[in-house]
Amino acid sequence: MNTELFGVVIIFLFSVLLAFPLGKYIARVFKGERTITDFMSPLERLIFRLGGINPADPMNWKQFLKAMLSINLLWFVYAFFALIFQDKLPMNPDGNAGQTPDLAFNTAISFLVNCNLQHYSGESGLTYFTQLFVVTFLQFVSAATGIAAVVALYNGLREKTTNNLGNFWNLLVKSTTRILLPLSLVVGIVLAFNGTPASYDGKDTITTLQGDTVQVSRGPAAGMIAIKQLGTNGGGWFGANSAHPLENPNYFTNIIETIAIILIPIALVFALGFYINRKKLAYVIFGVMTFLCVLFIGLNVYFETKGNPEIDKMGIAQHIGNMEGKEVRFGSAATALWSVVTTSTSNGSVNGMHDSLMPLSGGVVLLDMMINALYGGVGVGLLNYYIFIIIAVFISGLMVGRTPEFMGHKVEAREVKIATLVWLLTAFLVKAGTALAAYMVAHHPDVAWAVKPSAWLNNPSYHGFSEMLYEFTSANANNGSGFEGLGDNNIFWNVTTGIVLILARFIPIIGPLAIVGLLANKKFIPESSGTLRTDSITFGAMTLAVIVIVNALSFFPALALGPLAEYFSIK
Amino acid sequence: MKNFLISIKLTLILIVICAGLYPLLVAGVGKMARGGGKGETVTVNGRVVGYANVGQKFTEDKYFWGRPSAVDYNAAGSAGSNKGPSNPDYLKTVQDRIDTFLVHNPGARKEDIPSEMVTASGSGLDPDISPASAYVQVKRVATVRRLSEERLRSLVDAHIEKPLLGMFGPSKVNVLKLNVALDELK
Repeated sequence: MNTELFGVVIIFLFSVLLAFPLGKYIARVFKGERTITDFMSPLERLIFRLGGINPADPMNWKQFLKAMLSINLLWFVYAFFALIFQDKLPMNPDGNAGQTPDLAFNTAISFLVNCNLQHYSGESGLTYFTQLFVVTFLQFVSAATGIAAVVALYNGLREKTTNNLGNFWNLLVKSTTRILLPLSLVVGIVLAFNGTPASYDGKDTITTLQGDTVQVSRGPAAGMIAIKQLGTNGGGWFGANSAHPLENPNYFTNIIETIAIILIPIALVFALGFYINRKKLAYVIFGVMTFLCVLFIGLNVYFETKGNPEIDKMGIAQHIGNMEGKEVRFGSAATALWSVVTTSTSNGSVNGMHDSLMPLSGGVVLLDMMINALYGGVGVGLLNYYIFIIIAVFISGLMVGRTPEFMGHKVEAREVKIATLVWLLTAFLVKAGTALAAYMVAHHPDVAWAVKPSAWLNNPSYHGFSEMLYEFTSANANNGSGFEGLGDNNIFWNVTTGIVLILARFIPIIGPLAIVGLLANKKFIPESSGTLRTDSITFGAMTLAVIVIVNALSFFPALALGPLAEYFSIK
Repeated sequence: MKNFLISIKLTLILIVICAGLYPLLVAGVGKMARGGGKGETVTVNGRVVGYANVGQKFTEDKYFWGRPSAVDYNAAGSAGSNKGPSNPDYLKTVQDRIDTFLVHNPGARKEDIPSEMVTASGSGLDPDISPASAYVQVKRVATVRRLSEERLRSLVDAHIEKPLLGMFGPSKVNVLKLNVALDELK
């Protein structure tokens, strides 16, 4: 058991140690300074020339968002049709069928918005063509969109007064060529050398030692798995995601894949400090995020290694913890760690089934997704945190009776309204969605959908409620993990979560960028003794308090009905 | 309009790079890995009997068993049971598995059964069990095969894979490799 705990500590430490230099590197890339990846610049120049892009063209926040939304719309249309007609396209050695329109709608949106809810199973629901040309492609560009958006935030914070948030096309391309591609290549090759399939061969049929004939799904998975971890995408090649022994073959790959989940999200916090030259601000933000994240990790490791009291009652040995839905090669501690980092960062990949977590660990991962800003999704996590900062600035300003300011700009009614609306949207989408689903289960159990509401829940009682709450929380956080017992491949879940996904992706990007664009346009007020310092520990504590209070107010009742009630029922 | 024109061109270029060239590059380098990037197989007398990393079903008393599987070890798919810890049906299933285990392993005490032998894995394809789960089956396998328990215990010892660098992660036993070695014992 001790070696399992050492594993958890070393994974987290390594993630932070690697994220620091990576953050420095990312800042240099976007400042246009010399870096070790300058060999990519001929490729970038070629891309810009072929695409008709002038990477130096300035964009204000509206132009930036227009460019972002146009290309995202195009990606959606492309992905939707490719998924429907995948059975007629090449690279389908296993002869898998095309997706139904409602499933294709959900899948296309889900990968477009960096969420990767998967209402299908990878082995049978996609072809190699769609795994690569839709899923892998979107995993790169949706992560790059997130990074581009956060660099726009950096740009707005960096200048005293500016209209220019940077050129979206330039940021999108460089995020891909300088960050995502090089890191994915390294991780993908490490995986391939540890036994993850990388070739284009289809299913293999074998006769086992005992004489059964079984098939083994394979495919060019290693590269896709690398970007799904690094880009906070999370959608796996195989149905069981990184619990699958070919997707995550041993403890070493598990270390690499866990680090890959939080590496870029943490690096982007450090990059903020280097880019706008306010390192202390970045350290305070990092401190708040890490405080909560480490607390959550501690809780989950404790609950999972302690095991299930109901199984203790049966009188067997539960030395290695709650092993339902977990793999022996990782153990319960490493899966507990993964469950927290994957929900902190909106990644959503799993190396053990969240539906079978202990009640309170399930509650922790839900809360983690509700906050959705502890490092957060690549780029968008920091944007979510920025919303909390604006609210904290506003409340602090009221408390001390000064005009709220952030980074030398007055925060006024308009900005606070936007921040509040973005936050309220989160709470609304999660709770309204869950309420609607619970209503269907209770009052219309026999509607003739592909899966009837009466058959949605894989577990009764409080845990069944948690399954529905989890699905909408995950969709809203663009996380993509699930309490996978939920029967979600039917028109209700495909359409409702699809709508939640779109709103919860783009509004939390548009909102913060609008705020930063508006603020950056205002007159710069030099710091004075009367300024509220936002890079102090006091302000960090204030932001922490805001995060805790608004989340508790919004979500405590829902958590009480699901995980907390289940916990008290089996104590 | 200009945005859409750029979008179309840029999308095509990025598809070629991210979905075309990148996976080909990984596949190319992966050819140098063991198994040539197709997955590492285990062979007995030249016949492939399975993938080293993919668990398979063992129900006969003469073999060491792996963990319960929600997909019955058919690796065309993969899944966990997704049962919650308080689900009464699930707890009954676990109790049934304990009873079955005790029937097949006379002499084993209930408190010696490790929980992972009666709980389903995350993938349904878990290739491993903990050393304790292998030891608890030694008596059964030894009786069926008419081998000494000591010999089998040392066979299990030899198949324990220690934590990474001796420090990180759990110890485990690969069930397929253990059973292949078991068949070779004479």
